[in-house]
Amino acid sequence: MAEVQGTGGGADFDLSQFYEIFFEEAGENLDQMEQMLLSLDLASADDEELNGIFRCAHSIKGGAATFGFSDVAELTHHMESLLDKLRRHELQPAPAMVDVLLESADASRNLLARHQSGDTGEAADTSALVRRIAALAAGEVPVASAPAPAPVAPVAEPDFETFDEPPAEPEPQAPTPAASESKSGLRSLEIHVGPLERPEQADALRELFRDIPDLGTIESLPSPQADTRVFAVETASSDEDLLDLFIFHVAKEQVRITPRQASVPVPAPAQEDPDEVEARAAAQRPFGFFHDAPGSPIASFGLFEGAPGVPEGETTTAVSAEPASPAAAPRAGGAAKTGQTPLEASSIRVSVSKVDQLINLVGELVITQAMLAQNSQGLDAALYQQLMSGLADLDRNTRDLQESVMSIRMIPMSTVFSRFPRMLRDLANRLGKKVDLVTQGEATELDKSLVEKITDPLTHLVRNSCDHGIELPEVRLANGKPETGTITLSASHQGGSIVIEVRDDGRGLSRDKILKKAAERGIEVSDQMSDSDVWGLIFAPGFSTAEQVTDVSGRGVGMDVVKKNIQSLGGSVDIDSVEGYGMKVSVRLPLTLAIMDGMSVRVAEEVYILPLSSVIESFQVEADSVSTIAQGSQLVKVRADYMPVVALDKTFQVPRTGDAREGNIMVVVEADGSRVALQVDELLGQHQVVVKNLESNYRRVPNISGATILGDGKVALILDTGGLVRRARH
Amino acid sequence: MFSILAVDDSPSMRKMVSFTLTGAGYHVVEAVDGQDAFEKAQTEKIDLVLADQNMPRLDGIGLTRMLRENPKFKTTPILILTTESSDQMKQAGRAAGATGWLVKPFDPNRLIEVIQKVIR
Repeated sequence: MAEVQGTGGGADFDLSQFYEIFFEEAGENLDQMEQMLLSLDLASADDEELNGIFRCAHSIKGGAATFGFSDVAELTHHMESLLDKLRRHELQPAPAMVDVLLESADASRNLLARHQSGDTGEAADTSALVRRIAALAAGEVPVASAPAPAPVAPVAEPDFETFDEPPAEPEPQAPTPAASESKSGLRSLEIHVGPLERPEQADALRELFRDIPDLGTIESLPSPQADTRVFAVETASSDEDLLDLFIFHVAKEQVRITPRQASVPVPAPAQEDPDEVEARAAAQRPFGFFHDAPGSPIASFGLFEGAPGVPEGETTTAVSAEPASPAAAPRAGGAAKTGQTPLEASSIRVSVSKVDQLINLVGELVITQAMLAQNSQGLDAALYQQLMSGLADLDRNTRDLQESVMSIRMIPMSTVFSRFPRMLRDLANRLGKKVDLVTQGEATELDKSLVEKITDPLTHLVRNSCDHGIELPEVRLANGKPETGTITLSASHQGGSIVIEVRDDGRGLSRDKILKKAAERGIEVSDQMSDSDVWGLIFAPGFSTAEQVTDVSGRGVGMDVVKKNIQSLGGSVDIDSVEGYGMKVSVRLPLTLAIMDGMSVRVAEEVYILPLSSVIESFQVEADSVSTIAQGSQLVKVRADYMPVVALDKTFQVPRTGDAREGNIMVVVEADGSRVALQVDELLGQHQVVVKNLESNYRRVPNISGATILGDGKVALILDTGGLVRRARH
Repeated sequence: MFSILAVDDSPSMRKMVSFTLTGAGYHVVEAVDGQDAFEKAQTEKIDLVLADQNMPRLDGIGLTRMLRENPKFKTTPILILTTESSDQMKQAGRAAGATGWLVKPFDPNRLIEVIQKVIR
């Protein structure tokens, strides 16, 4: 057998084409492993779960070793060993294990990211993690300061690598002193093989030593019986390893290994450095998790004697295969718990750019369809019956097509929620709090771009709940609450939007504190303010109710930024709280940014679109209910309220032809919790519009959030109500 | 042209094995786990099975056992890919009727070599 090569083994195989698939797959496996570790019930760990976690580590290890990322392979190999002991119930799961496995998953992620970006930067040193895992796997209780182990050989760059020399590894326990172990770590053994029906079978053992690098040396010795073969062997491998190799040629019962005094010590090959031999020997001693380490020099394949399918003459035939008790190979029952269906046939990966192109095309189709519908309105239905029914079909199909295409980009909220268990666990530990996380409605779907944009604001809200909301365990107990706080994340569809709630059962908001703080900051407040107005104060820039700045809050993102980010997505935020009992933040978002329900209004010859979500009401205005105040700004009286008037024709300088009177219709819009009245000439109607980005196609225009194409092919601008409100209020 | 059933739950390994074997002139049928492989084996013509050991739903040894019960697969070579070279594992492989084993990680050239040993 030739030297076992790692990556780039054959010049005709370029493994790098599989790297991307592997990175993606490993990432998924790591995420899944993390989730399963977090949800693992240590007291009664489920076999299914342990097997699932083991399989994740196992898959990553297999791939990493195959594709030559030996640092990842090594780390995951150690993880796998520990997990293997757990799933075989040789060890009881303990919190320290979950900790070290989570950290190792993080480290693996970092190592993979480094490989993915072309091996730039320093590879992280994982030797401390490996030591901790090894200690736990050896059944040791973790101690703060582990004895300093042998240094770990630096991980070689994986461009060029062979798997025939594992890095020397620290040994968590003293090796069992092997008989007649010489200084170089090699042992001299006498091996009897027999009785054999066909003694020449044993000759295969000689080939093993020839084929496997570093296994050692073998020489035939004279044998007392005809049906037995005797060999003198010099090797660094353990008896078990040798038996493992021999089993493919002869039955285990027929092999007897005894120590032997080497009359003539077999010298190590000249170029061998004794230290190297020592290191290699160390790496091959019989620890359950070293003997199959990636790169260990073991036979890399074997054929069972007499097994079905073994071709004639490939191996010597028919040894009476001793009845082997079928070993309990772990049988995973199914992927039900892993939350991942292994069947790929039911899904395909498509790049986002392709989906976006599809959405754009459908957008164009919608516009064309609207144009056709509009142009055919004046036609005589009797004359053009077929055309009309064709257009009606087109209308329906276009709408369905648009919905289906939109749904392609929809991903479940669980992709956001899944990051919180880990974050909260770490955060609660750091703050000395006890927190349970409950998630509801994880399957609720939302457009991918929104999911990406809402992640940060939600993270901030969850952090806030843990940091400012949930009290310390002793405080909770003193207040008659359970010592473990609960943070609930939920997502649900309500009408055309999605509502995401972050609830906690912590201390809630304090009216008095907020009012006091607001007064200090010079914000006008009164004790008569309604609760919701008081809660609204925490969205003021720089407002914080934390009595001391912890390292959790004060990360430069305040509630004001959260609110601004959510509003920029066309969403809104509401707070509800009862002091002493907790707080609830509700975030309402549109399902997608690409399509919007709009109200079209006419101003002179121009058409503008208002986002329907911000329209409150509209009414015809009498001239006497509009009063002009200082600097020519106008107010309109709506019932008991006065609100600023924004005359759109003035704002956008729409030319008015001589005799056209200015509009007498007011549309009340709300943004940032305040309302203004927009003065327009006519309300045209409501329809779904395909939002086109103005910035990427033209440039940013104040008070305009985007553009759309109307049924007649004309471009209409979509108003940025938030901007208009801010402008009128300040 | 020989057909090989390649069974692995890891997409990247499956792709690599499939690419390697296709490049060597074999026809490859991919399966994502033992159960999937068993179902595909019923309808496809298969000359050799290359199965990972650790898989959800049905592992390599379980698959081997099920295939051997079918007369159609009585003598089909079945190779198990494994990172475990433990005795127990091999005994179980042999008892289930596997033809042989192959340790991961393997080099593509090595894979072809081994396969050529059992089908020609």
